Amino acid sequence: MALVEINKDNFDSKVLKSESMVLADFNADWCGPCKMLKPILESISNENKDIKVVSINIDSEDELAEAYNVSSIPCLVLFDKGMEVKRSIGLVSKDAINDMIGGK
Amino acid sequence: MYDIIIVGAGPAGLTAAIYARRASKKVLVLEAKSYGGQIINTLDIANYPVEAHISGFEFATKLYNQAKDLGTEFIFEKVTNINDKEHEKEVVTTKNTYKAKAVILATGADNRKLGLDNEEELVGKGVSYCATCDGAFYKNKNVAVVGGGNTALEDALYLTDIASKVYLIHRRDEFRGEDTTVSLLKEKDNIEFIYNSNVTKLNANDRLESIEVTDKDGKTKTIEVSGIFVAVGRIPENENFRRLINLDDKGYVIAEEDCNTNVEGIFVAGDNRKKEVRQLVTATSDGAVAATNAIKYINNLK
Repeated sequence: MALVEINKDNFDSKVLKSESMVLADFNADWCGPCKMLKPILESISNENKDIKVVSINIDSEDELAEAYNVSSIPCLVLFDKGMEVKRSIGLVSKDAINDMIGGK
Repeated sequence: MYDIIIVGAGPAGLTAAIYARRASKKVLVLEAKSYGGQIINTLDIANYPVEAHISGFEFATKLYNQAKDLGTEFIFEKVTNINDKEHEKEVVTTKNTYKAKAVILATGADNRKLGLDNEEELVGKGVSYCATCDGAFYKNKNVAVVGGGNTALEDALYLTDIASKVYLIHRRDEFRGEDTTVSLLKEKDNIEFIYNSNVTKLNANDRLESIEVTDKDGKTKTIEVSGIFVAVGRIPENENFRRLINLDDKGYVIAEEDCNTNVEGIFVAGDNRKKEVRQLVTATSDGAVAATNAIKYINNLK
């Protein structure tokens, strides 16, 4: 299943005010490693229903990227109750993401 | 039991899978992260025969699909060890153990670091190993590129179109990379070449603010940059096999063009092999050679 696209208008409601933890994937269309990470994130999303995995395009959402000091992509930021709790940079394995979110 | 287990799903490993499947062997590819290897970081491949321009992502995806459509199995787990039981090889991952008659090591290489104290903590805060991934964040800013090979030259060229100024820092007085790219760089007016110098310090206050560069006479100077792109070569990913496989002093698997390692039934293909030219085309070439020899080895087993 495709990841939910986040923009500055729904960021507050879908990420910061989310009941569940949110794993936000900062990415861009021109970034190869980001494209490789996408299917991994989709399978993480399908296998972990208690966590929301979302996508943020840094070109169209440059304000969000800047607000969270993203200067290297792919960049995964884990949010819990509106706060950043973990961050990982670069293409990472599915196992590493599962470790990050405490999944199976 | 598989006929061939291939460790690594980069261009070498995927090409080996194609050859092995076309010889009707049962093939498993084990990969730690995702298919494609280093080539996914390349924006535009312009030196591979037939396609004048193709992105690394598209190349990797087409190659992966080709191997998959031929019936290659893929499992995404990191290989941590290999045990040689003569006619049977045990490939151990973080989760399972798989068995095969032959193994091809196509683990590739990872970015070499500068080796500076705070380098790791500044990744994502000014230090990058991928200009095409992170270059866009340095629009109208000053950046440095370190290295003298093709990757460094291409990174510098790419960044001249984005950054306000690019410093290209190289420890020698001559570049190792292609002349075509050097000429293109010399036409740019926002690049400064700094030869015979090494980066010796990363000055940061939360984010990278400047770098210290030391030349061969020991003279230092500070350059203000918001980003530094490190392209000083690669490190082969062979450490987990050191116990079994002969490596050279830089960690590359010692093997000739036949891709045979010191262990019968274990072959090597791609950038993790000791060789002169590490290019996409030599990686795929190794894949073909290693698979062919692995097939021959299996067919000769009783």
